Amino acid sequence: MKGFDYRRAGDPAGAVAAVAAAPGARYLAGGTNLVDLMKLGVEAPDLLVDVGRALDDRIEEGPDGSVRIGAAVRNSDLAAHPAVRRRRPALSQALLAGASGQLRNTATVGGNLLQRTRCPYFQDITKPCNRRDPGSGCPAVEGAHRDLAILGASDQCVATHPSDMAVALAALDAEAVVLGTAGQRTVPVAELHRLPGDHPERETVLEHGDLITDVLLPALPPGARSGYRKARDRASYAFALASVAAVLEVREGSVHRVALAFGAVAARPWRARTAEEALRGAPATAESFARAADAELAAARPLRDNGYKVPLTRNLTVRLLTDLAEGASR
Amino acid sequence: MDDESRRCPSSEVRLQVNGTPYRLRLDNRTTLLDTLREHLDLTGAKKGCDHGQCGACTVLVDGRRSNSCLLLAVALDGAAVTTVEGLADGERLHPLQEAFLEHDAFQCGYCTPGQLCSAAGVLAEAADGMPSAVTPVGESPRLDGGEIRERMSGNLCRCGAYPNIVRAVQDTAQAGAAR
Ligand SMILES: Cc1cc2nc3c(=O)[nH]c(=O)nc-3n(C[C@H](O)[C@H](O)[C@H](O)COP(=O)(O)OP(=O)(O)OC[C@H]3O[C@@H](n4cnc5c(N)ncnc54)[C@H](O)[C@@H]3O)c2cc1C
Ligand code: SF4
Ligand code: FES
Ligand code: FES
Repeated sequence: MKGFDYRRAGDPAGAVAAVAAAPGARYLAGGTNLVDLMKLGVEAPDLLVDVGRALDDRIEEGPDGSVRIGAAVRNSDLAAHPAVRRRRPALSQALLAGASGQLRNTATVGGNLLQRTRCPYFQDITKPCNRRDPGSGCPAVEGAHRDLAILGASDQCVATHPSDMAVALAALDAEAVVLGTAGQRTVPVAELHRLPGDHPERETVLEHGDLITDVLLPALPPGARSGYRKARDRASYAFALASVAAVLEVREGSVHRVALAFGAVAARPWRARTAEEALRGAPATAESFARAADAELAAARPLRDNGYKVPLTRNLTVRLLTDLAEGASR
Repeated sequence: MDDESRRCPSSEVRLQVNGTPYRLRLDNRTTLLDTLREHLDLTGAKKGCDHGQCGACTVLVDGRRSNSCLLLAVALDGAAVTTVEGLADGERLHPLQEAFLEHDAFQCGYCTPGQLCSAAGVLAEAADGMPSAVTPVGESPRLDGGEIRERMSGNLCRCGAYPNIVRAVQDTAQAGAAR
């Protein structure tokens, strides 16, 4: 690992100023992804600006039912908070389905959103990778891509975004509050990460120095239920092969409101707008859920070894929506 | 600043480890795990993978379990750390340590310090009502076998001592609840 300077930021504005001024600087939050990547040589910052104490670590519920989550809130605390655990089980379940108890105690909301792909070539600096080293090529297209993308990929990069939490946030219409040198703005979590196209190295819409300070959750209508379902290679402590988060409100047997997002199938949490469109007003039955999932997944372009993700995502969707329609809370 | 220190900047770090305060000058790259093992001669926490994947390095930081291999010591300035060496009360073993002996919850023992610290974290988290992936929504957690397996899934054991580890943790949890 290369040596680096360390600075503890006192407040978000000071952190932004420090990182924006230094091209080789990175924010350090829980460090569970960044320190790992520094050990692997994928990241070699010359300055770490620690935002662990500069960012808010509180969760506030507004009178209208909306929620503001400070970016330094630990994943385990967010999963346990009543506004999440009871009102938005999709988010609690997604967080608790990720990583391990130790890692969730350390990982923050901001760091979880901005964690990097687990593509094996990205993590191995002896291999080419367009995302890590633009123009060097993408060995995953012909190589080990069993865990990688079926939606929204390009021939330049087929990486997936690995976060469980972000998938639930996308379905819940969450927004990230971003502080940059030009001031504050909000970015919908579903639009935070870019699809690779010809520039897989541009992973998000953020600029160098942009800091996520909070995540906002809008109020949920009282009749809406939410849930998360994840498929993986072992029962626990493994990244998703595919996952689905959904918010569903059924009125008189028909879908009144639905939000659906897929995980581990694209370079960002995949908001399934085509499926949502197909479902609005449709009978809340397994048949309509399957038809809607098929409509969304018609755009899938699986590679040699990841075609299984298409039926897996479809079946997870049908199971989750059916459970939610039947009123099962998990 | 000479060339050497420019390439490897260091910082002063204050840590309390198992109740003893330390003031150390550490290369910024030093993880908590290496601080414990290389600088404080506390070799209980083990280096299995060094990437957060095995749990052998688990310690308690300000009472919460964490993988010490992914924590930079410099970022922990002022923290209180408990390692496996700090679990016992003098000569009296921690109830989890007694239970691990009782249930033969290890073979080679390499993962055991991490298992013990992780289990201590599990007991505290469950007592605080923190849910796991298998806790039914709306209920407070009860540490049955399923809960323990899920909560301890961040600690791998290459010897496969899992059934006895689960029994040891469950016994300790029940004894604690009975007290
Ligand atoms: C063994 C293992 C298994 C895992 N399994 C899962 C899993 O199943 N599911 C899952 O979802 N995740 C999993 N993870 C990933 C884990 O969730 C992430 O490492 C963690 O959420 C990152 O959070 P952090 O606070 O530690 O981020 P850091 O490592 O501190 O930061 C990550 C990145 O975000 C940047 N950053 C951090 N905070 C901010 C901010 N506020 N604003 C702007 N930039 C910021 C950093 O500069 C860095 O680039 C696993 C990790 C490991 C090691
Ligand atoms: S899929 Fe993307 S991250 Fe993986 S090797 Fe190809 S370019 Fe790199
Ligand atoms: S050594 Fe830290 S998790 Fe393996
Ligand atoms: S006892 Fe040998 S690794 Fe667990």
